[in-house]
Amino acid sequence: MKKTPLYETHIALGAKMIDFGGWSMPVQYTSVIEEHQATRRSAGLFDICHMGEFAVKGPQAFDLLQFALSRNLLNQENGQIKLSVLLKDDGGIIDDLTVYKLQHNSYMLVTNAATRDRDWQWITALQKDRGLDCTLEDISDQTGKIDLQGPQAQQILQALTPYDLSSLHYYNFTEAPLSDQQAIISRSGYTGEDGFEIYAPATSISHLWEKLLQQGQACGLRPAGLGARDTLRLEAGMLLNGQDMTGNITPLEVPYSWLINFDKDFMGAEALKELQQTGIKRKLVGLEMIGRGIARHGYKVFHDDQEIGIVTSGTFAPTLNKAIGLALIDVAYSAPQTEISVAVRNVMCPAQVVKIPFYKRQRLSEVSKN
Amino acid sequence: MSKQNPPDRRYTADHEWAADNGEGAVVIGITDYAQEMLTDIVFVELPPLGKKVTKGEPVAVVESVKSVSDVYAPVSGEVIAVNTKLEDEPALINQDAFGDGWIVRLRMENAAEFAALLDAAAYDALLQEENN
Repeated sequence: MKKTPLYETHIALGAKMIDFGGWSMPVQYTSVIEEHQATRRSAGLFDICHMGEFAVKGPQAFDLLQFALSRNLLNQENGQIKLSVLLKDDGGIIDDLTVYKLQHNSYMLVTNAATRDRDWQWITALQKDRGLDCTLEDISDQTGKIDLQGPQAQQILQALTPYDLSSLHYYNFTEAPLSDQQAIISRSGYTGEDGFEIYAPATSISHLWEKLLQQGQACGLRPAGLGARDTLRLEAGMLLNGQDMTGNITPLEVPYSWLINFDKDFMGAEALKELQQTGIKRKLVGLEMIGRGIARHGYKVFHDDQEIGIVTSGTFAPTLNKAIGLALIDVAYSAPQTEISVAVRNVMCPAQVVKIPFYKRQRLSEVSKN
Repeated sequence: MSKQNPPDRRYTADHEWAADNGEGAVVIGITDYAQEMLTDIVFVELPPLGKKVTKGEPVAVVESVKSVSDVYAPVSGEVIAVNTKLEDEPALINQDAFGDGWIVRLRMENAAEFAALLDAAAYDALLQEENN
């Protein structure tokens, strides 16, 4: 199994380790619920070194990404991030990833850990096929990533950088000194809280982790594992590639239609236009259990006695104190409030289709109105 | 660090405990070691009263945030009581696995099955090995 630069740190903290896509990663340090609550109430620190990073530069870097990705990058500014999907010719999702624009024709792509190699092969093949003049570099191994998420994240991080973080807006990033390193700091994340994704040389990551933990201790910063990462993102209605998106699913069938920009040509556009014409038959929706029973990945979904789909993600949500999930079901039953059931160990447990996200953090602007 | 495994009861290799109440019934739960491995128990599925189980068959289900675990009947018998407190407070198992976190009471069919279970010392030894 592969190890991140923080492996020894996790062991020293007593983390329970699991195999996540070939990586030895911490699933929890003390308790998933504690780490989840800490992130919502103060802050959580996550080792995300396993994700992939690619540098794309050169005279036709924009042309490559503009074709490879579903999102229109034409008006992307320096220091701005865009979420996009990477599609096959038939419109099927290969990965969801973020595109960081450093400068004109200079980008960093951030990919899921499990799809890193596949994304790399796909994009480099595209570049070759189309003879585009740009260089691609897989900088994943030399790039470490830590996520710092929660209402106290800014305060904690600010103590370690001269850059004024209050001026960094959501889905923007900067390159700034952090402790004694240069880092890319973005205001983004996978938890539904305010927070940052921090990219720094892999060799400096464990030192950075220690500094952040030390700095944040006083206000309740806790190391948080993949268990909490999953309950947090699910509450926030965020998707997990490889679990909520598998096989040949298209962005039209999951809540990613907004990532499609038909006003440009891109890989998979024709197939999506066709699907839009014929209409989708299945849809990924949110669900909430009514009464007892927890929906889990792989459990079947029913409407009356008819099997209509399957749960892709499900858990007991610590902040909401109820069981929630995502399910891929027949589009006929996808309207919010539709009553459905989930087969939990052969017992039909009642549930309801609900809108996502399940949880939305209170914004500062709302707090001050009270 | 797990709490001490009480010597007044028996154990299984699947980390269940069974306490003989002296009236032909056994109370069953999971050990402190088991709850520590699961952490965060959020749901317990209890069997219906009167259900008959064979030794080794699942008699209850304990769910943590991340996982679903069967609780296996250490002996054969009939369910005569269940800890209904676990319906609203599943975390009782985390807090007091050997006491308030008991799960099921069975009327024992075959006392020999109970005698064949591990005693506290044997279970301690098993845990030692597992951790090495």
